[in-house]
Amino acid sequence: MATPLNTGTPGVRGKERLVVVGNGMAAMRTVEELLARAPWQYDITVIGAEPHPNYNRIMLSSVLAGEKVMDDIVINPRGWYDDNFVTLITGRPVTAIDPAAKTVSLDDDVLPYDKLLLGTGSKPMAPPIPGLQLPGVHAFRDIADVDAMIAASERHHRAVVIGGGLLGLEAAWGLKRRGMSVAVVHLMPTLMERQLDTTAGELLQRDLDERGIAFFTNGQTEEILGTERAEGVLLADGRQVDADLVVLAIGIRPNIDLARAAGLDVNRGLLVGDDMRTSDANIYAVGECIEHNGQVFGLVAPIWEQAKVCGARLAGDEVAVYVPPTVFTSLKITGVDVFSAGALAAADEADEEITLHDARRGVYKKMVLRDDKIVGSVLYGHVTDGPWYVQLMREKTDVSAFRDQLVFGRAFAEQAGTAAPAGIDVAAMPDSEQVCDCNGVSKGRICETIRSKDLTTLDAVRAHTKASASCGQCTGKVEAILAHLGGAVMHRADPAMCKCTDHGHDAVRHAIREQRLTSIAAVRAALGWKTPDGCQKCRPALNYYLICAWPESYRDDAQSRFVNERVHANIQKDGTFSVVPRMWGGLTTPGELRAIADAAEKYAIPTVKVTGGQRIDLLGVTKGQLPNVWADLNKAGLVSGHAYAKGLRTVKTCVGSEWCRFGTQDSTGLGVKIEQMCWGSWTPHKVKLAVSGCPRNCAEATIKDIGIVCVEAGYDVVVGGNGGMEVRVTDHLVRLASEGEVLEHVGAFLQLYREEARYLERTAPWVARVGIDYARERIVADDAGRAALHERFLLSQSQVQSDPWAQRAAGAEAHEFRVLAEVG
Amino acid sequence: MAPENGGGEADRQWIEVGCLDDIPRRGSRRVRGTDAGVPIALFRTAEDVVFALVDRCPHRAGPLSEGIVQGCAVACPLHGWVIDLASGQAEAPDEGSVPIIAVRVEDGRILISAAGLVAAHEVLARAPKAA
Repeated sequence: MATPLNTGTPGVRGKERLVVVGNGMAAMRTVEELLARAPWQYDITVIGAEPHPNYNRIMLSSVLAGEKVMDDIVINPRGWYDDNFVTLITGRPVTAIDPAAKTVSLDDDVLPYDKLLLGTGSKPMAPPIPGLQLPGVHAFRDIADVDAMIAASERHHRAVVIGGGLLGLEAAWGLKRRGMSVAVVHLMPTLMERQLDTTAGELLQRDLDERGIAFFTNGQTEEILGTERAEGVLLADGRQVDADLVVLAIGIRPNIDLARAAGLDVNRGLLVGDDMRTSDANIYAVGECIEHNGQVFGLVAPIWEQAKVCGARLAGDEVAVYVPPTVFTSLKITGVDVFSAGALAAADEADEEITLHDARRGVYKKMVLRDDKIVGSVLYGHVTDGPWYVQLMREKTDVSAFRDQLVFGRAFAEQAGTAAPAGIDVAAMPDSEQVCDCNGVSKGRICETIRSKDLTTLDAVRAHTKASASCGQCTGKVEAILAHLGGAVMHRADPAMCKCTDHGHDAVRHAIREQRLTSIAAVRAALGWKTPDGCQKCRPALNYYLICAWPESYRDDAQSRFVNERVHANIQKDGTFSVVPRMWGGLTTPGELRAIADAAEKYAIPTVKVTGGQRIDLLGVTKGQLPNVWADLNKAGLVSGHAYAKGLRTVKTCVGSEWCRFGTQDSTGLGVKIEQMCWGSWTPHKVKLAVSGCPRNCAEATIKDIGIVCVEAGYDVVVGGNGGMEVRVTDHLVRLASEGEVLEHVGAFLQLYREEARYLERTAPWVARVGIDYARERIVADDAGRAALHERFLLSQSQVQSDPWAQRAAGAEAHEFRVLAEVG
Repeated sequence: MAPENGGGEADRQWIEVGCLDDIPRRGSRRVRGTDAGVPIALFRTAEDVVFALVDRCPHRAGPLSEGIVQGCAVACPLHGWVIDLASGQAEAPDEGSVPIIAVRVEDGRILISAAGLVAAHEVLARAPKAA
């Protein structure tokens, strides 16, 4: 490979040469700190062993969980190196350092340096057990590991993660999200014992257990089983866990092989002083490879601090010294809130502990106090006050005046008038203070970007700086900085729809009705839209609001529909579509199944899949095939299942009293009736229903938008559930005696949701926002109001219940399904 | 808007692909390449201006022709990147671009540049594969 080495900046000679070994977060953060202080001081060459630009290793678990892709976690793209005249060499590991000659070697090349920065990071620890070399055994450390784990999750079903610490649990959750069945083997009795006390560790295990992760605590792994590839793990007490994928996440150790071979002083890690210098005065080191005052490092906050000191020292600062900051950890598992900082428990009798433990709600808070100051905090379930506790710890605030309120959080303590100054004191915050720990963004960088790019909104600051764009914990700080610089920070009850307008959804809907606005153009004109056409956010919303407000007269605007609703099929990642015919209440017939089978064969449809909503999905249909597929399905009586719509999707049922020995009512029949009433409706977001024939609830009605649970005495109607990312169990709306009443209540609830929820707001957050009492008031207590809502729903339904597939199979919207031309 | 490396006969050659009225306002139609060529998306804005771009979002190769057209831009249906129709550039802070092809509208007939088509394919062939 003919990479030119140390080309330097053209025309600038005689500069000192800085060689950086390691292209990870610590080393590159140091280079950034250096460039910010002394952009022209060095010719800089960065050598990375991985074939990637610098990325945010902390977010690997989010990539594994499918919440982010690689592009999202790149910190310094290749262009950044060019822009800063930094030479980048990737995929070529350094093989030796010669401190006497001041050179590093890689392959056949020898590279001279004046100053050397080592950021060689860490290696995953491996237990000394047989079977580590088997295919299917992976560490969880870099992109290659994550790629291998994702690939394994696509081919295999069972995973075991060895290690129940932060990293291991995030790996387990990511694999679970990828559809694997996951077990965690942990040496200690409780999880994350370094960050959590026993109570919090047990709450965490209970929550993850409910999410389907199995635990083997007190589990010492003796051997990884298997011959051709990993088949499971054997524990010392004889327990055996079968698995096709074994992930090692028992910890990391400093990667000091190069430093040791070069004769630098090492212990557990590469030893550095307060100035980040190693035993060789020309060699500096930062990050997970170092040991400072007997400590090694795995969390990002102290490493940023090291980068700051090291960057300053390299730039010629003679006084900067490293002081370890207070560190805190949180776990990146959606919906599981854990926070920990400082001491986990009272160290002796002089220390005090304040705890709050609500086991049923899964909330636990603990402060450790010493001399009236917080020295540690463990939070579970409700962690929003974590940063406040850390601030009180860092500032060594005397909390005796408000210790009674402390455990209830900042808002409560401040309301009681006893706590220290409210809010975030932006003016007092130094420019160097790290605001966003995930993306490593300082206050200074946020201020500078806001000023130079003239940013005024949180979204814009996120887009340009990435501050608060990852875990979001620092959102309050970013907003405070924005407000401090004169930006508009709005905690509005009704936030602006999109960048095209300052009006919120509720205000726009109100104006549509009050001013009788009947087209998207009229709304934009009347409310002073800032863009001529609107955007992909507001146009579909306005189209829906107008359909809902004027069901008999509004003409749907196809060009303001998201592709799925315009084409009446679901677009897939390769641009093909999926086709899901309706099966009323989940019922089908041999004739329908034959028609589906015939269509799948005739059009060579690659995948046929049974869906979670009791339907059959035909995947990989090209756009041009759609009308023909629909025509064939129509002949067997199959119509659109609206699986693509912000509208009624499915009514899932169990077999009920017709067949089941436990069934109390005809749940299948009721499900069919509900689906016949509701199909074709457009709603703010998708709507899924279910009817269960008895409280065993086989149709899983209690995590649906609307669920009916049949009981001997009648029907329980439950609403506002969701089984997706944020699981929410339904709230009980009412118990009814007859099917007729059920239909009226379902129609009324759907219409209330249609008229009052914001576009793209599912029933779960909507019910959580307005409260179940409000829904009961409108639908249960108010008989006349309910009847009126139901009537409006039926009026709207009378306009939409016509099969869109049949229309298109007969030639409607033909241009959608034909290419305009073919060219050579 | 002349294609950059036409030369000879090719840069005077325009291919008729359809009529203005074939494309809905604020909409798009696809033109398919016959031999493994990349599809081209033709867009018609609210003001009846027509643009042609390779029908492949620079982010994850989504079909731009299925996106919502807004002003002189389109939002990709897969992940919402907004691509400027005149330049092919992604709206900041996203970065990337898609090749554009010169278009003429004469008497309601839409013509695209043959040389532009060739150039677009060459740009794509040189581009690194999407991650």
